[in-house]
Parts: sequence; structure tokens; C-alpha cells
Amino acid sequence: MAGSTRESPTAEAEAPSAAAAATASAPAAASVTPAAAVAIVPRRRVSPGLDAWRRFRRHRLALARAGILSLIVLTVVLGPVFWQVPINDIDFGATLSVPSWQHPFGTDDLGQDIFARVLYGGRISLAVGLAAMLVAVIVGTIIGALAGISRGFVDTGLMWLTDLFLSLPQLPLLLLIIYLFRDALKALAGPEFGIFVLIVAVIGGFRWMPVARLVRAQFFSLREKEFVEAARALGASTWRQVVHHMLPNALGPVIVAGTIEVAAAIIAESTLSFLGLGFPPDIPTWGRLLYDAKDHLDVAPHWALFPGAAIFLTVLTINFSGDGLRHTLDPRNVL
Amino acid sequence: MGRYLLRRLLIAIPSLIGISMVLFAVLALAPGDPFGDLALSPDVPPEVRETLRIKFGLDDPLPIRYLRWLVAMLQGDWGFSFASRIDVSRLILERVPTTLLVIGSSQVLALMIALPVGVTAAARPYSVFDQIASAFAFIGFSLPTFFTGLLFILVFSINLHWLPFVYRTDIGGAGWEWYWAHIRQAIMPVAVLGLFQGAAWTRYVRSAVLDVIRLDYVTTARAKGLPERTVIIKHVVRNALVPVVTLVALQMPAVFGGAIITEQIFRVPGIGSLLISSILANDTPVVMAVTFVFACLVILFNLLADLIYGWLDPRITYR
Repeated sequence: MAGSTRESPTAEAEAPSAAAAATASAPAAASVTPAAAVAIVPRRRVSPGLDAWRRFRRHRLALARAGILSLIVLTVVLGPVFWQVPINDIDFGATLSVPSWQHPFGTDDLGQDIFARVLYGGRISLAVGLAAMLVAVIVGTIIGALAGISRGFVDTGLMWLTDLFLSLPQLPLLLLIIYLFRDALKALAGPEFGIFVLIVAVIGGFRWMPVARLVRAQFFSLREKEFVEAARALGASTWRQVVHHMLPNALGPVIVAGTIEVAAAIIAESTLSFLGLGFPPDIPTWGRLLYDAKDHLDVAPHWALFPGAAIFLTVLTINFSGDGLRHTLDPRNVL
Repeated sequence: MGRYLLRRLLIAIPSLIGISMVLFAVLALAPGDPFGDLALSPDVPPEVRETLRIKFGLDDPLPIRYLRWLVAMLQGDWGFSFASRIDVSRLILERVPTTLLVIGSSQVLALMIALPVGVTAAARPYSVFDQIASAFAFIGFSLPTFFTGLLFILVFSINLHWLPFVYRTDIGGAGWEWYWAHIRQAIMPVAVLGLFQGAAWTRYVRSAVLDVIRLDYVTTARAKGLPERTVIIKHVVRNALVPVVTLVALQMPAVFGGAIITEQIFRVPGIGSLLISSILANDTPVVMAVTFVFACLVILFNLLADLIYGWLDPRITYR
């Protein structure tokens, strides 16, 4: 199937690292034996202490990345409790002022505090990212599981649908849908919540395909495994086989994919806001802050730099965490 | 090769139909009535409204409306732009070349980065070069294009005054000067898009080359005394590129998304910035047509990827 070949390079990318881990631990084992071994391969000698330090360093790097990510999340979630400057406090006495103790990230053209606005925008970005990820993972898991347990035309049809969605021009369609449905949802659920639901549904609705393929591929191998066969022989219903035996075992790659989905959804939401088509203009999301700042780059670069750096750091640390999770959840990885 | 191409063309038709159905479904499900204003206006009697609805076929069953819409779209009959007051097809044809130029040169740039860096990194996995390249690739594809674009403007246009940040079509001058002005203004959009793609592709190339480089036939090629250069370029890279091309084709929709953002930032007069400006101006015919063109371009690039497979691995064409 085209599906399996397409995923292979990314999946195989981790194989060499497992091999590298094996070679790294081999000299360490050799160094336990007396000096004779050392004389034969003196250059390859790695003391257990050094090996442990390497392992620690690798963990520490992963820990540092996760630490930065949790710091961002904590700041964004708890920040407004400590930094009680209103996001729309207009102060014409301090327009476009550079960062200072009073305004750590400076102010914009209306004298509004950018730090408070970045904190507020971060909560929206993270909420959209998590909610869209949930939509994508749930839809993807259902479709992938359906395709994975049923053979024949259901599988073919669902995979055709997946491939079709993969070849849709996503950003133009996202913009088109938001353009067409914005007013209806605004009237239905209010300007903020309506747009939130729309953006989450649309971003999630266009990002479930990788998850569906992953789950389907997992199910294809899982349904032939002995323990599933045993469950089947014991008379477990298809539902029970799927929910109790196959889904829990297919979850590892889905978690990794879900992590990366959060980053992709944050970028997608920021893109929409940056194009001026996301949340209403008075809600300062990170993308919206950049959109507002882009015409004042020459006089107030700080206005664009802080929200931009916030997006970059969040996405980078989420991607790194996804990479780290893949290493930890990969059963081939000994480390 | 001819039969293979024909087969791929036939496979492309259902996906084109599928995409057009999705587009039409979005349009048909959208709230609002094209005659909404007419319905509210007290001057228009209900009979006239009914006649108009029948004339434009708004009350026909959905499949018929879809077919009529598809035929019109395929014939290039895309309607009339509300905002620009010219035919949508003319408006788009004027702008497609610019978009293709920017996307094309950025893809070339991405390839020129990803191929050498990815192959060198994979030839010596876990070396210092590999670690640095991987770190940069990770940073590169975590940086959203709209932020890189602003950073580039800030550094190269505002601080250093090297490059113009607005793309102009009305550049005067002749000969070399004209070419130079065009290249200068294209550098930043192409670089933003190309660096982002290059970072993503470097990872693909690296892992694909790593998969291939341990295979027995590579050892055979080395054992018969071929220089390492020949082994890598002729034996490893060619086979490693097959999965890379698949991933690149899969990335095409994202590339067009990136092009829309880049065009918007640097005000490149392509179809991406046309899409944004017509959405902001509520110019529905243009929005629909541009989305349709993007869909066709995605399918076209997928076909191109199929052709490249056939060239990279001739066995594929016999399957």
C-alpha cells in the first residue's frame, strides 16, 4: 500500500539511533573486563561513568526541553494571576515604548501592554492547539480503526478518503471555510466561542489523516498477533477486541503524532490570525499580535519579536518533546 | 513510460473529482443566499425573484448543480470579479506565473540545501556535522514562515537596507538592471519558503539515505573499488530519493500554504495574495476559483512526482 511506504522513512529514522545506543553500551560492557580488552581496542574505551554521563546528558537535554515547555505553559496559564495589567488598557502616554520594568515586552501603538497580551494570546493558542489535536486524534483513530479492522471496500474507501484529504489544498480551504461560515457561527455561539469552535473543528478536520494511517497500520499488524487471536478464540466481540486489546497497544505512535499535532495546530491558528482571518481583531492571539505589529516593524520591532519568539519556542519545544517521546516510546530503543 | 503516464493520469481524475466535490460541498453547505440582498429588497416582486432563481438553476437538485458548476470550472468559466471588475480567469492567469516562479525557485533552493546537507549528514551519522545539521533542521521547520518573513524584513530591509521588502511589478530600467531588480526583490520570499522546506526535506533525505546506505549492494559497489563519491551519488542517492519524492509530493499542499503566507508578507502579486485580498473584499468568485486552481496545482505536482518516480526507478513504470 502507498500508505505504508510513505510513512517508512520517518519511522525508520529512529532505527539507527537504537543501533547507536547498542554500540555505545558495548564498549561500556567491555571496559568492565580487565585491561587486556582495553589494550586491544584502546580508542573505543568508554568508562561506565562517562557512559552514564552521556545517558544523563541525553536525559538532561530532554528534561531541559520539557522544562522550557512547562515553563511556557505555566507562565501562560498562571501569568495573568500575577500580572494583572488589562490587555486593552489604552495609554496614549506610552505608545510603542520599548521594553521596561513597567512593560516587560513594551507597548503597542495604543499603549497596550504587550506582555499581558502575549499571555492572553498564549492561552488561546494552547487551547486551540490542544482542542484541535483532540479532534484530529479522535477522528483519525476512529477512521483508522474502522479501516484497520474491516477488510475490503470499507478499508479501500476510507483510505481513498484519507488520500483525498491529504491532497486537498489545506490553507486555501481553511480560509474558504472560515470565510463562508464565520458569520453564521458568530450569530449562533457568540463572536469568541463561535470562532473558537469553527477554528478547532476546521484545523482538526484537516489534520486527522496521519493519525488515521498510523492507527490503520498498527491495527494491521496487531490483529494478527497471538493475544488478539486468543481473545478472538475466547469469543471476544469485535468491539472488545478493538477497545481492550488493540487500541491500547496502538496508542504509543498516536501519542507521538498527537504531540506534533499540537504544534501544527498552533502554527495553523497563528497563520489564520496572521492573515487577519482568525479570531476577532480585539482578541490578541499570537498570530494577531504579529499581524498588528508587521506594519510597525521599523519603529517597534519588539512588538513582533516577543509574540513571534513565543510561537517559535512553544512549537520548537513541543516538536522536541514529540521527538523525545518517540525515543522513549520506541520499543526498539534500549536506552 | 507512455502507458504508465496514462495510467497515472487516469488515477488523477477521481482525485480531481473528489476535491471538486469537497469544494462544492463547502459552497453548497455555506449559509447565505446569493439572492439574499434581492430577497430583502422590497422593490423586487416575488415573481421576479422566482424567475431569477429558476434561470440560474438555484432550485435544481444538488447533483445537477454540481455537474453544471464542475463543467463551468473546467471550461475556465470562473465568473466575474466583484472587486476588480474583470473576468476571474484573466485575473488569475495574470498572477499564476508569479506564484509558480516563487514556488519553483524556492523548491530548487530547498533541494540545493536538503540534498547535500542530508546526504553528508547521513554518510557520517552522529558526527558533529550531523548533530549541527539536525539541530538546524529542527529549528528551521519549527520557525513558522510568517515569523521568518518578518525577521528577514527586520534584518535585511530595515536594519541593513540590502533588499526591498515590497515586491513590485512596475520596475523600470532595461537589460541587466531590470533582471537584477527582479532577482533582488525575489530573494527574501524565495529564501523564506526555501529555507523552511529545505529544513523539512533535510530530515527526510537523511533518514532515507540512512536506510539505503547499509544495504548490501552499496557494500558491493564499494568492494568493487568505486570511489566513495560515485557510490553515494550514483548508487545511494538515486534509490534514497524514491521515498523522499513521496514525502515531498505529500508536502505540496503545505508548500502552497507557505506560498500564500509568503506572498502576503512580501506583497508578491501571485494567486496567494489574491486569495487573501479577495477574502477580505468578500469577492466570492475569485475565492472559489483560486481555491480550485490550488487544488489543480496540487494534483499536477502529484503527477509530476509520479513522473519522477518513473525516472528514478524504472521498475515502477512496469508495475
